[in-house]
Amino acid sequence: MNPVLQVEHLSISFTQYDRGTRRRRLPVIRDLSFSVQPGQVVAVVGASGSGKSLLAHGILGILPYNSAMEGTILYQGEPLTRKRLETLRGREIALIPQGVTYLDPRMEVGAQLRKGRSDLSAREKSRNVLARYGLGPEVERLYPFELSGGMARRVLIATAVMEQPGLILADEPTPGLDARAAGRILGHIRERAEEGTGVLFITHDLELALTIAHRVLVLYAGETIEEADASDFAAGRLRHPYTRALWNALPCNGFQPIPGSQPGPGEIADGCQFAPRCARCRAVCRREASVPYVPFRNGMVRCRFPEGGERV
Amino acid sequence: MRHRLQFAGKKLLRMLLLLLGVSLAAFLLMAASPMDPLQTNVGQAALGSMSQEQIAQLEDYWGVNTPLPERYLGWLSAALRGDLGTSLLYRQPVLQIVAERLGNSLGLLLSAWVLSGALGLTLGVLAGAFRDRWPDRLIRGWCLLLSSTPAFWLALLLLMVFSVWLGWFPIGLSVPIGAAAEQVSFLERLRHAFLPALTLSVTGVSGIALHTREKMADVMESDYVLFARARGESLGGIVLRHGLRNVALPAITLQFASVSEIIGGSVLVEQVFSYPGLGQAAVNAGLGGDLPLLLGITVITAAVVFGGSLAADLLYGAVDPEIRRGAAKG
Amino acid sequence: MNALNRRQRTRLLLLAAGAVLLAVTLAGMLCRERAMETDFSRVNLAPGLSCLFGTDWMGRDMLARTLAGLSLSIRIGALTACVSAAIALALGVVSALSRAADALLSWLMDLFLGIPHILLVMLISLAFGRGFVGVAAGVSLSHWPSLARVIRGEVLQLRQAVYVQTARKLGVSRLRVVRRHLLPHLLPQVLTGLILQFPHAILHEASVTFLGFGLSSEQPAIGVILSESMRYLTTGRWWLALFPGLALVGVVLLFAAVGEHLRRLLSPSSAHQ
Repeated sequence: MNPVLQVEHLSISFTQYDRGTRRRRLPVIRDLSFSVQPGQVVAVVGASGSGKSLLAHGILGILPYNSAMEGTILYQGEPLTRKRLETLRGREIALIPQGVTYLDPRMEVGAQLRKGRSDLSAREKSRNVLARYGLGPEVERLYPFELSGGMARRVLIATAVMEQPGLILADEPTPGLDARAAGRILGHIRERAEEGTGVLFITHDLELALTIAHRVLVLYAGETIEEADASDFAAGRLRHPYTRALWNALPCNGFQPIPGSQPGPGEIADGCQFAPRCARCRAVCRREASVPYVPFRNGMVRCRFPEGGERV
Repeated sequence: MRHRLQFAGKKLLRMLLLLLGVSLAAFLLMAASPMDPLQTNVGQAALGSMSQEQIAQLEDYWGVNTPLPERYLGWLSAALRGDLGTSLLYRQPVLQIVAERLGNSLGLLLSAWVLSGALGLTLGVLAGAFRDRWPDRLIRGWCLLLSSTPAFWLALLLLMVFSVWLGWFPIGLSVPIGAAAEQVSFLERLRHAFLPALTLSVTGVSGIALHTREKMADVMESDYVLFARARGESLGGIVLRHGLRNVALPAITLQFASVSEIIGGSVLVEQVFSYPGLGQAAVNAGLGGDLPLLLGITVITAAVVFGGSLAADLLYGAVDPEIRRGAAKG
Repeated sequence: MNALNRRQRTRLLLLAAGAVLLAVTLAGMLCRERAMETDFSRVNLAPGLSCLFGTDWMGRDMLARTLAGLSLSIRIGALTACVSAAIALALGVVSALSRAADALLSWLMDLFLGIPHILLVMLISLAFGRGFVGVAAGVSLSHWPSLARVIRGEVLQLRQAVYVQTARKLGVSRLRVVRRHLLPHLLPQVLTGLILQFPHAILHEASVTFLGFGLSSEQPAIGVILSESMRYLTTGRWWLALFPGLALVGVVLLFAAVGEHLRRLLSPSSAHQ
């Protein structure tokens, strides 16, 4: 079976001006590869500001004008060209955005759901979709500023399932919600996956990701440093020291943060990006140009000396 | 609803206060003028040949010897009773002159206001939607050129090309010389008003277009437009469905704010086309030291401008769903 | 994008525009004598090789008159823009720091905005007896509201800044905070505001002079030249109006372009284009 989405060697960069007249390119995402199978939830976990949202925007082809993208993206096994995207966006590939600011503040919810159509079947569909997420028909007449946080999220999910998408890109769909409400929202998303939709779940919250994801991708400084099965975490079968640190920093695991912070897009050094914060760092980690991303124990890792590795 | 009424009432009160301020400021500015109305209007030679009594009479007529506070209060109390005084130049009640002149200018002002608004909005939305691409560059360049062109020079150019060279339009005056106003056909009036109206409309476009462009560009960079693109909406659909909707509110404010600019422009344009409108009367009154007339024109123009901004505020409340729904609840 | 990137091109453009404007100003000052010189042996010449812009009914060289007029416009523009920027700076800072002054000022601004601009300049010019003083006062005293509003907003923002809050808590006097912390940050804003006022100032000076409320008719001002040209329009002497007006538009465009580019260089929102 073809994966719904296959991303190979994807890089996204920005053009920026330094002080004065120097221009430079800021790499935000570098050499990213992964795939999403039908019915699978793949979580991309990374710290805030690490350019995760751009991943979703890049797949949809809606990056800002001063950015550039390289690499290949396949949807259902075929390249996702600009032209093909135009027919797929919103129908086959749906985005669940971060918050209520993604709704037009001056348009009623129902009209936004229907994208301007007002025929009977569209009306029926929007009512059904809202009902599915526990929202009554009166919600159609509301403006976004009249929605509560939880309602807004459910409306945003509703926008994604107006059609029958093969792939859902969920970009931080739960911030600002309490654990129960967030759980409900994630339940809705998981439900879609059980019906066969592939889901790319982008979040900064590892704990949340583990509640619904099958596979977890960990981003660090714009690179993937590990791809693991969701079950690997609880089982302690982790590969990269940063993933281990993230896991240990969760409240349920003792809440042990690691010192230091991620390098920003402009501060990429040679060698392993995690080296300055790594307890297992050797001299070679800093010297070599870049660390290869290699299959390791049923997952992937970008580390010369992964945990549980015998290559030490 | 009560909330909205209170809001309107407050605005109205502020507007009246502002109007009072305008009248006082205009009065003081004119009274401070070192120009001697007698010398300007009667002439040095004629004054020399007059007797002291005649001069004193004239001085009374032009109000030279009355103390300032008394003159202002006198004007104000009369104005509150609906009497704006008598024009010294035309020897007619100010209100009558203003009504007549405004009647001449009204078609000009209204058509320029509507045309420049519609054109400015369209160009601004287009430029904002195609930001930094060629339609935007073209529109921005055109607007920059327009806003750098003095209205009176543009009027001169149009007059030169269409009236002098091509002879399509008359050289001046809103009616043919010697004809009574009632005898002039509507078509003839239109022919006289066409070029002034065109000049005014064209010069009014750039401000509205550039401001609308900024708003439209903001809208195009918003999260909700990004999301609309993510949902597969076309550029045209986004502009029509999200762009216009979100640009409409600032456009209302802009449109009503442009009232002042259009009236100001008419002063210059009417001068070039010797169009007997309100603007020309203002220039004559200023040059002739006709305090009551200029004061009357200033106050009435200001009332129109403030009325426009009040209308904009009220309309804003009726259109903005946030204010509308808020009012319905409160 | 070729060898030069956008910012470098912007700087080059700024320099070039500045040089042209300076040259026009100086040339106009040198031409002043020639602009007033009458020569009845060459009246009403159409533009040609001897007189590029032609001559008027008194045989005055229109090129010299245009240059002198532009120079006058630029100098008056500079003077009035500086005065109004200074007023705007003072009023903007005061209104940001005092609530009462703010209320008064916003009322005053509304009042100013209620009178059509050209009418306001006319009124102020009348109060000062027209002529150079009148038009200079009219333009200076009527252009400050928009810039004052910008500065007020800027000061309000700066006041919230941590280092300003800290300085005040440390007991640094209000005046010192304004001088040491606020003014240096406001300077670029005021500078761009000042340049952006130039085009308006020049246009309003020309307009008011054209109407007869500004510079006296002996002066070779663009407004005067164009107003005189009106009398000869019907006789087909198009050059009297065309070239001076075009030159004025050119100068105003240059100033507008300089202001716009400066604003873009200094504004953080467009820093990465």
